[in-house]
Amino acid sequence: MNGPQDLGGQMGFGPVAPEKDEPYFHAEWEKRALGVTLSAGAMGHWNIDESRHARESLHPADYYASSYYEIWIKALETLLKRHGFVTQDELLVGKSLGGNARAKRVLQAEDVPAVLARGGPCNRPVGADARFKAGDRVRTKNFNPEGHTRLPRYARDKVGVIDVVREGFVFPDTNAHGRGENPQWVYTVVFESREIWGEGADPTLAVSIDAWESYLEPA
Amino acid sequence: MAARVRALETILTQKGLIDPAAIDVIVDTYETKVGPRNGARVVAKAWSDPEFAEWLKRDATAAIASLGYTGRQGEHMQAVFNTPDQHNMVVCTLCSCYPWSVLGLPPVWYKSPPYRSRAVIDPRGVLAEFGVTLPDETKIRVWDSTAELRYLVVPMRPAGTEGWSEEDLADLVTRDSMIGTGLAREAA
Repeated sequence: MNGPQDLGGQMGFGPVAPEKDEPYFHAEWEKRALGVTLSAGAMGHWNIDESRHARESLHPADYYASSYYEIWIKALETLLKRHGFVTQDELLVGKSLGGNARAKRVLQAEDVPAVLARGGPCNRPVGADARFKAGDRVRTKNFNPEGHTRLPRYARDKVGVIDVVREGFVFPDTNAHGRGENPQWVYTVVFESREIWGEGADPTLAVSIDAWESYLEPA
Repeated sequence: MAARVRALETILTQKGLIDPAAIDVIVDTYETKVGPRNGARVVAKAWSDPEFAEWLKRDATAAIASLGYTGRQGEHMQAVFNTPDQHNMVVCTLCSCYPWSVLGLPPVWYKSPPYRSRAVIDPRGVLAEFGVTLPDETKIRVWDSTAELRYLVVPMRPAGTEGWSEEDLADLVTRDSMIGTGLAREAA
């Protein structure tokens, strides 16, 4: 979706302002926000693509006014309500009002190291050969889907070159919406800056994205 | 927001859906165990051991796993090597994708609109804000992490470090140098 998350090339946000010796957390609640988000995700009722889509579906004014942990928490509330684990009334009163929601899995403290060390690989076998090879010229799709996609606006309808053929990966555009993993080949596609930014582009710059095969056509 | 997070944790705990002790372990992991020191060891080893560097170039996931760094947001790794001709910089314009297994949790600026918007269009301007000026002719490659590949920049080895131990070399490798918004520290 053409949402607030799609930031490449946007202007007006000011300087980057890196913080010297930045702490890992800026408040105690951020620690809990990280842990609650990961623990709830570990229940296994939604995938990372649905999580990302919940975050980018915040109202743009809300998204830009929120820190990243705030974005996580707001999206987590949406996911928990959508999947029947909490109600709006419970969020208002701050305690359980009953119900019989059961999780597929509950992440226990003793399992955390193994679960984090294992992660969640998203590569999958694809039942077809890769359509493109390194060096091929490709044009990215011109589309504006209302649902989740990982093709940023700045890289749509642009000609680039296949830099690396990766492997099959879960397709976020369907997986985010419960329509299956539908794995596709992923490629690193590199674009000259002028193709993307046109007049005045930094001539020394090249930008690459990682693109699923259905985002690409031969050029 | 503190009250809102507390409410969520309380509700989910009362329903038996999460274990608050698990949250403590998660926080401890990313405060004390998984951080940029991991990535610094990978880089120092690549600087010291040409065979490891070659492996890292070819199959970063396996090479990094051989040092014990695996898992969440590091499942599919690619190392990109800076050279005198090309500087590499990593961003996630669409969210906050970052190689947790080697760098830990991302800094706030990495997840925020100024960096995410500008890294792909004005990397030299961004670098200047980090105090980095590259020669005009140096090529810049910006890697937008739009899929599940996670990128680790291997900065150039500082001059005057011949014969240094991996441990001493790792001290020169900053977090920012592995994102591409910095360079390795100079040898003291």
